[in-house]
Parts: sequence; structure tokens; C-alpha cells
Amino acid sequence: MERPQVFPAPELTLAHVALTVNGERVEVAFSPHKTLLEVLREDLRLTGTKHGCELGECGTCAVLVDGKPVLSCLYLGLECEGRSVETVEGMAGAAGLHPLQKAFADLGAAQCGYCTPGILLTAQALLAANARPTLDEIKEALSGNLCRCTGYVKIFEAVELAAAWMRGEDMQPREQTLYGFDFDQSGLLPVVRT
Amino acid sequence: MKPPRTRVVGRPYPKVDAAAKVAGLTKFADDLDFPRMLHCKILRSKAAHARLVRVDASGALARPGVVAVATGPDLPIAFGILPVSQDEHALAVDRVRFVGDAIAAVAAIDEDSAFDALDAIVVEYEPLPPIGSIDEAIARPEPRIHDYGDRGNFHKLVSMEFGDTEGGFAEADRLYEDLFFYEGSTHLPLEQHAAVGDFGPDGKLTVWSSTQTPHYVHRALSKVLSMPASRVRVIATPNGGGFGGKSDPFSHEIVVAHLSRVTGRPVKICLTREEVFYCHRGRHPTLMRVKTGVKKDGAITAMHFQTVLDGGAYGSYGVAFTYYTGALQTVTYRIPAYRFDGARVFTNKPPCGPKRGHGTPQPRYALEVQLDKIACDLGLDPAEMRKAHLVPPHSTTANFLRVGSMGLGACIDKVIDASGWRERRGKLPPGRGLGLACSSYICGAGLPIYWNSMPQSGVQLKLDRSGGVTVFCGSTDIGQGSDSVLAYVVAEVLGIDPFDIRVVTADTDLTPVDLGSYSSRVTLMTGNAAVQAAERARELLVATAAPKLGVPAVRVGLADGRVFDVEDPDNGMAFADAVVLAEAKFGTIGTVGSYRPPPSAGRYRGAGVGPSPAYSYSAAVVEVDVDPSTGIYTVPKVWIAHDVGKCINPVLVVGQVEGSVYMGLGEAMMEEMAYRSGVNGNVVHKFPSLLEYKSPTTKEMSEVFTYLVEDPDPNGPFGAKEVGQGPLLPIPPGVANAIYDAVGVRVDEIPVTPEKVLAALKAKSAGKAPRFGPTHFPEIPYPEPMRVLTPEQGGDGKALNSAPTEPGGVRREAPETVPR
Repeated sequence: MERPQVFPAPELTLAHVALTVNGERVEVAFSPHKTLLEVLREDLRLTGTKHGCELGECGTCAVLVDGKPVLSCLYLGLECEGRSVETVEGMAGAAGLHPLQKAFADLGAAQCGYCTPGILLTAQALLAANARPTLDEIKEALSGNLCRCTGYVKIFEAVELAAAWMRGEDMQPREQTLYGFDFDQSGLLPVVRT
Repeated sequence: MKPPRTRVVGRPYPKVDAAAKVAGLTKFADDLDFPRMLHCKILRSKAAHARLVRVDASGALARPGVVAVATGPDLPIAFGILPVSQDEHALAVDRVRFVGDAIAAVAAIDEDSAFDALDAIVVEYEPLPPIGSIDEAIARPEPRIHDYGDRGNFHKLVSMEFGDTEGGFAEADRLYEDLFFYEGSTHLPLEQHAAVGDFGPDGKLTVWSSTQTPHYVHRALSKVLSMPASRVRVIATPNGGGFGGKSDPFSHEIVVAHLSRVTGRPVKICLTREEVFYCHRGRHPTLMRVKTGVKKDGAITAMHFQTVLDGGAYGSYGVAFTYYTGALQTVTYRIPAYRFDGARVFTNKPPCGPKRGHGTPQPRYALEVQLDKIACDLGLDPAEMRKAHLVPPHSTTANFLRVGSMGLGACIDKVIDASGWRERRGKLPPGRGLGLACSSYICGAGLPIYWNSMPQSGVQLKLDRSGGVTVFCGSTDIGQGSDSVLAYVVAEVLGIDPFDIRVVTADTDLTPVDLGSYSSRVTLMTGNAAVQAAERARELLVATAAPKLGVPAVRVGLADGRVFDVEDPDNGMAFADAVVLAEAKFGTIGTVGSYRPPPSAGRYRGAGVGPSPAYSYSAAVVEVDVDPSTGIYTVPKVWIAHDVGKCINPVLVVGQVEGSVYMGLGEAMMEEMAYRSGVNGNVVHKFPSLLEYKSPTTKEMSEVFTYLVEDPDPNGPFGAKEVGQGPLLPIPPGVANAIYDAVGVRVDEIPVTPEKVLAALKAKSAGKAPRFGPTHFPEIPYPEPMRVLTPEQGGDGKALNSAPTEPGGVRREAPETVPR
């Protein structure tokens, strides 16, 4: 069924908010009930921020507001007036990937990559406050971010690796992270002819 | 002779799409945006089982911002993933079968307008009695949820016997019979399913969707929309997690395509998290009865395995699933005589389907827990008992599955050594224990879902005079790294950097068919197809380079981006120059490769489920720490070894193992697709939310020690086997066996919740059987078994009492027609 005639658009009264996003000042007009998640994705076209529930349950939509991780699905766009918002798009610079991004890429800590932006930003806030977090502190900081692919193991290792790099240490990934324990690398095989 | 070194295969490269993923640049389906795009919302049934008396969407059409609506009669053609169960409609036609079944859809200028307009759709239901459980489905054959199926509310009833089971039981020193129940769970991908339909003015339809199986979505769209498949294009966007939950064609994919055709505008839908719970297709709740005869040394003489599956409201992969609960028991330990009875019932709940492990985690849990009981009863070490009776490599099982490489023994050795099994099991402080379990999984199903003789996977390769190489393949990256595998194997054969390769996948217009990311088929099948295409390209390059280098073709090597004389490596040229020469000689350089699994050995009906080009193997030791006063336990450590045949990329293999352990722990400890009891008849989902559907967080996750075992299989590319699903399987039984070692009680039901542990501990202290689990297995009208002589008995794979089939158990029927 399709309605052929012209129809009136719904009446909207837009809110007008000025904020800083990834270091750039932006002004944006949006329906006042919109969440920060919606403003970022729909009005600012920053789709790097993902959503998994839009109910504050999974941590997927985490971004930084004034340096602190917030669930953007529970945070009104209206609350952002004058604030500074950081999203995953702002992490990589002209010099390339942020150390956290590079560590996640190198270790396979991003499998499907859907939870990754929220986890990267939450980890970034952790490392800003604590340059040398223990494993338990990493687990605590990321306990609100669900990941269904990795079992978190590579994520913990990537945060540790990135933290070392950010402290200026020349740390390499552990052998067992890359190969498993006792991996026998001698049995490399010839190309199978099909 | 020492094998030559590989330069890419076996190395821990990052994934080829890793940089885009960590930068937030990967475009998932809901990230797509087009000019004039409309947004779609679906009205879903509030009734679990009802006739639809009236559906009137005209009120919605009058709402502001609404452009079009659709109801069942707009899309009357049924669809479904299996040709034998075309039982779904895009929007319910005259019947709803579960709370969440799609009834009507709205397309509006924005999501809020679409959502608000759903309230204006009038639905009148005539309630039918809902069926909420296996027992109810058996007790109430009428009204039938579907008008097809083997009888009443049984969707499928199967029975097959390989060899002389009764004779095997008679030879046994001991007989064991146990009941087990495995609760349903769901995939919970963090990305909610989303799709965009765009019907262009050229009469062609494009659908982008977060699907694992674009080829099957392509077929379903063509069928339901009555459009030639040649005018339908399906692009699978990178999946934000799949785990099997995006393997069926879904109603919302068809609905947005239809609404785009009606409106001439792109239409997008992104399901809510609640709707994702209704899409489900997760683990079947499965009740099992297992009777096993053993000798005193633990050798199995015969096994009779019975299952009954709660299938939910639709067929989905259910027929295959029913067989899968009986297929793979035979590929780990020798079972000379084997009988399997399986049943699947329809209930008024979200449909069950393929979740990581595809019908095998349930029977694997039952088998591995029963073996633990047997070993304890016989006074044998469970690890040694298993090792003593392994299926030999390169052998054929009683049910005609051809096992190739078989590294389970090496896996068991790795985990018992690493965990200190011999020294620590049974000797840990009170409340702590170790449990061992093993498993195996297919590397791709031997047969395609719809009968055909074509390849299951195809690859095209384009070599450009710039030196760039593009790989085209229909496979779908769901996060497991299948795009990367294509780049790695092509880079290996052509001697170039995998990051110089562009990978184009999962687009039915651009890429040759690959059946999809399910049944752990992708690395083996696309890998073989890609190797073949790359070898053919290599031949062209060698044929032109050899005379230029002045050496015979056998002396030409390709490595490090060069083509050179292997005996005088300085005599060579850049890869790009070799491509230029080849293009000058042969014209534009493109090659193809394809893969079809070897024919399976079984010729009995049902033999299509179980055969695979290769089988992966896993063993795990799980450590638990139980508080006996509450039943609350933690899993501090898991040691797991996986025979992957050959690592194409070890860091990605380790990642798949860790992810499988995690998902297995979730199922073992807490995850359950739970329904509200009481007046609603156990058919209303209890908590369709991420908060209340409990899954492990960073704080519940165990420390995982992963050991990779390489037992190369001749059928795998470079010897590779699967890793995406198999390592999940030993975790649930490993947890249950560890609980027994820790506190001496058996929990014969998944999930092993603290309540169940405590109930079993209370039973134990009251002098009752120290167990929690099912106590009743219903009477099920399994058919007379189809009898097949085993290979040891000289059987030829055909059933004695029914007509032989094509290899793999297919009855040759006319292929399902798809409009052209």
C-alpha cells in the first residue's frame, strides 16, 4: 500500500547546540530528544560510534565527553553544549594510528570490530588516568563493554601493549599471544597442489 | 626433503581490514545512508500462537511522515533456508507462531515516525493454544503449528542404525544410560541486524545486509519478490558478529526490498536489540538419552544416542540440525556400532537455528560428561581412557564419515601436561577441581544446502599491470578474518605482500558464489579455491618469465615481490614487470579457482549431514573453584589445544580459540534463552535485553592457555582445518566435569548455574543421588531405524531397508526453481 498524495512532514522544533567534536568546533541542530549517539551518527555523520542496545547495557556506544567515557545512547545531545566530545574518528592522527589502535590491529583484538570503538575510547580514558594499569584495573575499566568475539583476552593484551608504547617502552607482543603456547613453527609446509 | 618455507602462511600478520576496523571506518549495514532514504519499522506479534483475523495498516499510512506500509498479503510467497522447509513469510499471512513474529511494516521519513505509526496498525488475533515445551508439543499434536512435518507437532523424526547395536551392548562389560539437557542460548552479536533495500529506476534491486549468507538471501529475495535473480544484487556488509545468527534469510531483508520497490526510495531497517532476540536462530534446547556399552578398559562396544530438540516456531536449518545432533559422535573415539534417534518439535517460541557448533555442542556435552562418569566408575584416568580409544587417522567411521588427519591425541597430551592434570586432578584443595573434555568439528559441510553439482566456493583473480592483485570471492567476513585468509594464501602462492592485495567479497554481482560463512567451511573451501586461482596465475607468470630469465620453468620462483631464478636469485624481475610481460603475451590476466568437497561415502538418507573434507580436533582442561555453601563458582583457568591442521595465521587462530572458549563458558555458566512461566504458557521471552541475558564480562572471563597443534590435512589449503567453532565444544562438558572433580556432584544440564550445583550438593548431603539434571525422557515415536552395515562389516554405505541415494544421502529431486 502506498499513499500517493503529498503529505505534511512532522512538525519539528530543533535544538541548536555548539560543541567540540574531535577538536573541531561544530554547531548542530537536531530534535531535542536525540541522544548524543544519534546526533553523532545521524547529524554529524560520524558512524564510527556504534550501538548494540541503545539502552545502556553493552558499552558499544561509549565516547569521551570532556575526557570521561559516557554511554552516548544514554546521554542527550542537549547536554553537550560547550563540551568536548571525542569519538574513534578522532583517535588516529596525521602520524597514523593511535598506539591503542595499532595494538588492537596487531594482536587481532578487533575481530568483527563492532565493539572496538567503544572499547578503544574507554581504554584511552583509562590510560590517560593510569599509565601503568594492572590487568585487574584493565578488566575493571572495561567491565561495562561487552565483546562477543574475542573473549577479551587479546583486548587485555592490546591495552597492556599500548600502555607500554605510550610510556615510551619498546615492548613486543608476547610469543604466546601471536602463536599460542609451545607452538611448533618448524612444521611449515609446501604449497598444496589442488 | 625439507619442505620449503612459507613466507606468509603461518605468520602472525594483522588482518587486512584491521586498520579500518580500529579506525572506526568499516561500514556496517546501519552505517549506510543514501539520499531520500526511508526508515522501516516492523510490527511484531504480541500473541504466541493465533490466527490473524484482521490486519489493517491504513491508520499507519495516515500518520505524519509515513510513505508506505506493507502487510502479509503483499508478500505471499513463503521462503526458508532449506528447500524442505519453506515455511516463513516476510510478514505473517494468516497465522502468527511466536511473540515477535513479523506482521506489518511501515516506511517513513525517519525512524521515529515509522515507530510511532506502528501504534496505528490494527491487529485482531484469534488465539490458538500455545505450545511452550517439548513435552507440550508431544502431548498436543493439534492444533499443528505447521501443516507440514513428520506428524503432529513433530517437525522431523529420524532413526538410523549402523552395525549391530544390541550385539554391541551384549558384548559390553558395563552399560551406562544417562539423561542430559542443554538449554537454548542465543548468539548475541553486538551488531543488531540491519539491511537497506534500494530498488533503482533501472528495475534492479540492491540489498545491503548484515548477513553471513548473501547467496541464500539472494535466492530468497528472488523467490519472494518474484524477480529474476539476475536483477537482484545482495551485498553482505561486514558483520558485527554473527556466530550463526545471521545465516538465515530474514523477513526484514525482504520487507525493505519490497518497500523500496513500492516507494522507489532506499529503505533501511535496523532491528532493536529486543527484535534481535526474536530473530534468534540460536541453540536448540535439547534433551538427550545416551546408552553406551563399554569394556573394562573403556572401549566403547556400542552407543544408542537419542535426542529431541525444541525447534521453536519455524524450520530454519532444523532438519540438518536434527541429524547433526547424531552425526559427529563417531569421529573422536571408536564406536563400532551406533544407533541414533532424533526428533525436532515445533513450539511457539522464536525459531532455533545454527549457533556456533551447529547442533553438535549438545551431544558433545552429553558424550563427554558420560565418558567422564564411565572413567570414574571404571577407575580409569579420563584422559588416558580417551587416548586409548581414539579414532585412527585416515579411517572411516561406522556412519561412513571419512576422517583425515586426527590430532586429538596430541591435543590431549598438550592440555594434560600444561594443566598438571596427572598431579593435580583429585588432589586440589576442597572446592577446586579439573575437568577434561574433547571434541571435533567439520571443516565445511560435504553437501550444499540445496542440491546442485556446482562448486561450493569460487574465486576470481585479477592481475593488473601495476602489480596489484584483486581477489573476488563471495565469502563473507563476519570478523573471523576470511577476507584476510584470501589475501594470505594468494600472497603466498604469488610471492607478494598480502597488503598489496585488494579483496572484494560478498557481493552477488561482483563475486563468484561462495555459499557463506557457516559450518566452518570458509578457510578450507575459499582457501582451496584461492590457491587454485593463484596457481593458475602463477603458471602464466612463470611461462612468460622463464624464457626472459633464460631458465626452465621449474627454476622460476616467486617471493618477496620478485620473479626470479631460484638458483641465481639475482637473475630476476619485479612481480609487476612479470605481470606486464604476461599481459603482453596472453592479454588481460585473470584466473579462476573453485572448490567442491570430495563426494561423501554414505549412500543412506541423512548421510548428507556429517561428511566433511576434514575434521578439526580440540581438547580442554577446565579449572573451577566452587563455594560449596552457595554453589557459586568461578573458572579461573582453561587450557585448550586445537588441531587446526595448519595455521594460515596463528594470531587469528589463537583469537578464534579464545573467542570460542569465551562463548562456551557463557553457555556453560549462565546464558539461557529463558521464557516466562505461568499463564502465558512459557512462550514469552523472559528478558530480551543485553542486561538481563547474562553473558560473561571482562570480570568473568577465564585465563586461557591456547596450544595449537598442526596435523595437516591433505584436503585443506596448506593443510589447514577449521578453528571458528570446534574449540567451543569441549568447554561446557569441561566445566561440568570440573565441578564433579571439585565437589563430587554431577550437573547434567547446561547451563551449570550455581542454583543447580547447590541443588546437587543438597541432594548429596541428603543421601540422594548427587546429581542435578533431567529425570524423564518422553515417549517419542521414532521411526523404525534405517539399517546400514558399517565399513567393518563390509557395508557399502547404503541402507539395507530403504532405497539408496546419491552419494551423501541426497535423493535426487528437481532443483528448487528460482525465477530467471
